[in-house]
Amino acid sequence: MNVIKYKNIFLTIGGLILVAAIALVSIFGLSFGIDFTGGSILEVSFSGERPSITATEAALNRSGIEGTSVRPTGEDGYIIRSPFLEEGRRTQVLEELGSLNSAATSSSATSTESVATTSATTSQGVTTIGSVTEERFASIGPTVGSELTRSAIYGIIAVILGIILFVSFAFRKVSEPISSWMYGSVAIVALIHDILVPTAVFAVLGVTIGAQVDLLFVTALLAILGFSVNDTIVVFDRIRENLHESYERADGESFADTVGKSVTQTYARSINTSLTTLIVLLCLYLIGGQSTELFSLTLLVGVIVGTYSSIFIASPLLVQIRQWQKEG
Amino acid sequence: MTKTRIIAVLILIASLGLGFFVYSTEANPDSNYPLKYGLDLSGGAHLVYEADVSEIDSSQIDPAMSSLRDIIEQRVNALGVSEPLVQVEETSITGTTRHRLIVELPGVQDVAEAKRQIGEAPLLEFRLQTGSANDPTNQVFDSSTTSTSSPAANYEATEPRLTGRFVESAQVQFGSGQGVSNEPVVLLKFDDEGGQIFANITQEHTGEVLGVFLDGELISNPVIQTAITGGTAQISGNFSTDEALALRDQLNLGALPVPIDIVSEQTVGASLGQAVKEQGIEAGIIGLIIVSIFLLLWYRLPGLVAVGALAIYILLMLAIFKLIPVTLTAAGIAGFILSIGMAVDANVLIFERIKEELSNPNASMQEVVKEGFSRAWPSIRDANISSLITAVILFYIGTTLTQGFAVTFGLGVLVSMLTAITISRTFLLAVGGKERTKLKHTLFAPGLRSGKEFNEHTE
Repeated sequence: MNVIKYKNIFLTIGGLILVAAIALVSIFGLSFGIDFTGGSILEVSFSGERPSITATEAALNRSGIEGTSVRPTGEDGYIIRSPFLEEGRRTQVLEELGSLNSAATSSSATSTESVATTSATTSQGVTTIGSVTEERFASIGPTVGSELTRSAIYGIIAVILGIILFVSFAFRKVSEPISSWMYGSVAIVALIHDILVPTAVFAVLGVTIGAQVDLLFVTALLAILGFSVNDTIVVFDRIRENLHESYERADGESFADTVGKSVTQTYARSINTSLTTLIVLLCLYLIGGQSTELFSLTLLVGVIVGTYSSIFIASPLLVQIRQWQKEG
Repeated sequence: MTKTRIIAVLILIASLGLGFFVYSTEANPDSNYPLKYGLDLSGGAHLVYEADVSEIDSSQIDPAMSSLRDIIEQRVNALGVSEPLVQVEETSITGTTRHRLIVELPGVQDVAEAKRQIGEAPLLEFRLQTGSANDPTNQVFDSSTTSTSSPAANYEATEPRLTGRFVESAQVQFGSGQGVSNEPVVLLKFDDEGGQIFANITQEHTGEVLGVFLDGELISNPVIQTAITGGTAQISGNFSTDEALALRDQLNLGALPVPIDIVSEQTVGASLGQAVKEQGIEAGIIGLIIVSIFLLLWYRLPGLVAVGALAIYILLMLAIFKLIPVTLTAAGIAGFILSIGMAVDANVLIFERIKEELSNPNASMQEVVKEGFSRAWPSIRDANISSLITAVILFYIGTTLTQGFAVTFGLGVLVSMLTAITISRTFLLAVGGKERTKLKHTLFAPGLRSGKEFNEHTE
């Protein structure tokens, strides 16, 4: 398959994917989690039957908390997101939730049983009140949230800058026919593509399953940056080597041919490396548990588009830039 | 040739030793080198407090924060959790510097109670009353309405501030209070600095009222009768015996030098953490097995070498985790698992190059392997440097969560590069031998090929 021959098609596809990703993000928007906005997450599980979402929401309203979202997790639990909960409020919520299920069960069971379950017990770091057990509680104040937002943005910018500088440096001796800065810039175009696609997927997931952008998501994006530039660099390295050899042979091989040859020589490696990484990520996604589920899904998408972009976007774009330079 | 094979055998023996170390330190519960798991995996509470240092002179912030840490540490130790962590953190990302205190309580039994004991400790302060003692607003507070009025407005901080930070010890005495005969009083002994400040204040403000505030509430309103230079003070505040004893204990454990407020909290139940940990480990093991099968099928003999190098890589990483030690979190395990996928990359690059070099009919097997390595090296180097840049930036800019990922990922990239260029290389040279045979071609050629090409190349 000659990627360079059909470069216009691939570049058009790449451009369309980019536009589609930007459109999805701007239409659906991203829902930011408490890491960035501040607030509380309470994960609870119920012994016995889980009360309905509406009953749970009503119980939360009774304890005077507004702006909550209740989503089921696992078979017997809920994840409750709310504004910043103070300690007193949290206990109140737990008590309200605990009485919820015992009230529900007492209608079918004898009332003595429900009385016995209302005392609070703690063991092994979990608080159990009535039939409800607090599995996880996270609370982040607004100042911490805004700081994390800043560090996330700084992190992404710093990684992109670090990579463009490194690529330009690594290819500093390659100035013909296009300058080393172009390699860096093309790598960045591919990188932006690679983080926009998972972000778009997340925007869609935000609407469908309520996925929220949290610190793990940002970590995943940064890891994608690292992985994807890795892939692009291997292709560019091959181009560098082939350019050098073609220069020594003085056979007048065109830049487009050199790039095409380099892509052909490296795609087996690109695909195999991505495949092994995908295997472990898929395992992490399928059996790694809920806390890293969305993280590994983001990485899965990122690794796939990262491999795609280094073959079908970065290399054709290099040739296209060369063409523009000739024409200009 | 023989030398390479001896080295290869030595590496194998060393990795057996490494494997034994990792296994035995993990099997033995009393070992000094267990794997350390973060709170999200082992269960526990992670609390972040912000200290209000607005009323402290900037030169005094650092000593105040470190004494705050010492005091909280004492309180935390009193909770009886194993291996708690109390550390001071400074963030200045929004321009203003914020001083925070991070408290980690692994496997804590009752988080609410723990928080109460940590946070609800008294902030003791002495403040001078401003204006006349007969000020009409002063009438508002007498015996019953103390808590509802806000007498603090009529008092100003002493210069320098005299707080519980300077209290060395406290004790309870009975019967020495004025008026009521058997009322318990709390006797404070200041440290040298505090004693000096107290002496100065009492000298300069004799006849004025020096209010004693506990957590912003006036508990005692004595008039300074005479300069007190002995470094002791006495608080009589209509205490019951229990209240006096409780105050003494709190002061002895240390009154907080600065007020603190909780800004972030993460609590994970032990059962949830355990599940996450087990699932993460299971995902890693299954992923590893599938990757190994893939490598063996696709790369054959070099694939076997890669699987061996991968096994040694994992043992090395586990040993490093144990020795440094690295605290493994969910994100950290994810970083490690991701690095397994990437550890294979260097091997894949080398094998693809060896495959290309096999097409040169004049090269010996050793030359083929060596050339494959040297040609793959620039790509391996550049690719790994870019990953390391990411890891380092993540570590410096990130938070606890991203740092957990950055550490295992960065270490993974570094160690995998080293194992690929040393261990894989030695093994490949050792199994490669000298002669080129059809069998070796079949064994070294990756993908769905046979030894057919050997005939084409050598004829």
